[in-house]
Amino acid sequence: MLSVRDLHVYYDGIHALKGISLEVPKGKIVTLIGANGAGKSSTLRAISGLVKNIKGSIVYDGRDIAGQTPVDIVRGGIMMSPEGRKIFPHLSVLDNLMLGAYSRNNKAEIQKDLEWVYEVFPRLKERSGQKGGTLSGGEQQMLALARALMGAPNLILLDEPSLGLAPLLVKNVFDIIQNINEVGKTVLLVEQNAFAALKIAHYAYVLETGSIVLEGTGKDIMQNAKVCEAYLGG
Amino acid sequence: MSLAMFVQHLLNGVTLGSLYALIAIGYTMVYGILRLINFAHSEIFMLGAYFVFWGIVLLHLPWAVAMVVAVIVVGALGVLVDRIAYRPLRDAPRISALISAIGVSFFLQNLAIVVFSAIPREVYRPDWLENAIVVGDIRVLPLTLFVPVLSFLLMMGLVFIVYKTKPGLGMRAISKDIETSYAMGVPVNRVIAITFGIGSALAAASGIMWTLRYPQLQPVMGMIPGFKAFIAAVVGGIGSIQGAVIGGIGLGLIEIMAVAVFPDLAGYRDALAFILLIGILLVKPTGLLGEKLEDKV
Repeated sequence: MLSVRDLHVYYDGIHALKGISLEVPKGKIVTLIGANGAGKSSTLRAISGLVKNIKGSIVYDGRDIAGQTPVDIVRGGIMMSPEGRKIFPHLSVLDNLMLGAYSRNNKAEIQKDLEWVYEVFPRLKERSGQKGGTLSGGEQQMLALARALMGAPNLILLDEPSLGLAPLLVKNVFDIIQNINEVGKTVLLVEQNAFAALKIAHYAYVLETGSIVLEGTGKDIMQNAKVCEAYLGG
Repeated sequence: MSLAMFVQHLLNGVTLGSLYALIAIGYTMVYGILRLINFAHSEIFMLGAYFVFWGIVLLHLPWAVAMVVAVIVVGALGVLVDRIAYRPLRDAPRISALISAIGVSFFLQNLAIVVFSAIPREVYRPDWLENAIVVGDIRVLPLTLFVPVLSFLLMMGLVFIVYKTKPGLGMRAISKDIETSYAMGVPVNRVIAITFGIGSALAAASGIMWTLRYPQLQPVMGMIPGFKAFIAAVVGGIGSIQGAVIGGIGLGLIEIMAVAVFPDLAGYRDALAFILLIGILLVKPTGLLGEKLEDKV
């Protein structure tokens, strides 16, 4: 579904991604793990069209989307839940969700998805009129996920969804990611919480200072001594 | 001061204040979204007034039609200014766009001098606005009712757009976090263009009504009202639409009332706004309804 080939990302002279290639097959959860500054977020931002200075190809559904605007990419069916959640704190929960659906025009379908999202996240329904900023950290993460789902994506990019959450909530978030995947959404998951990500991922890539150093199924990577040492704490 | 006098001053104050408020809304909306002070806004105000004049003189349009046409044309012009002067600088440091805004302001003003000539022109005013309505002791010019009412309707329209429509949702999102808005698929440049269009249309409406009150057209006529509306926006809390309305109407009332109570101060009228600005900034630097703006990282 998504095939990244030799992707380079530059920021003001910094070479953040040094030619990575990865495949995200339809219906799978693929995870990209690595330490801070390894280039995980840069990868997602490049796929979303948020970084202008890129080289290489990003083929999605047979078309090269590298260099397209974020609006076109969202319309094409790729939605991101950004790092640090980035919900709009001054807007209501409902407005936040509707922003996720901004690129869509079919009101009936948006309404249907809203009901579905409320079913998956009942807390958001209870708080639909509340400002996003008044939600707890866990609820804000749910809102960020739900907002991405409101774009009716085929491919969903998740940037550190477990960041700053209590262990119990982390498990909750990963359960939900699995549920989202089971209803047919393809997931590209970026995580520092490598252990939890590898547990649910079908395939994984390990990123180190802008290059992919290791790849394999979630299980393989988890058993790999190198990863255990570097990211899973022995 | 008799009650009748008071009511008249009150209506005058609200009239002047609504005109400031309509301009201030444009400053505050653009600032809220782009953190840009659109110095060309006072020229947009001036062009609205001129376009009505030319609509009547050259095209023989009835006043009301000329007004609607002028508002629409100036709205489109605002979009054009953004497209030519600000959009190419979206990723540049903020100061570049600010300098560009000053440039547009000078350009439009001088263009008006060349094209319209600098000679002040007299403005046509529809008769129905001229004949005073008398209720008991109170003599009311229809103008002092027409301006606040039309301004109120325009503001209600604005509130509807900002809070009930999709572009409005986009504006509210962009004003807080432009990058996440991009990521969510909001067509940021189009929403910004709409913002410029609306702000410019409101400034044009204000300019047109301004000339009903002060019936003289000049290429530099936007400067003082523009400054004052900008002050009103800052006093109200720049970035806040409600703040701009409160600041604008408040400033209009204070100006009229101060001169009414202390006629000797009439000459200092224009200074009053600046004194108010300094006072408010000393006590509440973010303005009445302004929020603290964190620096974007």
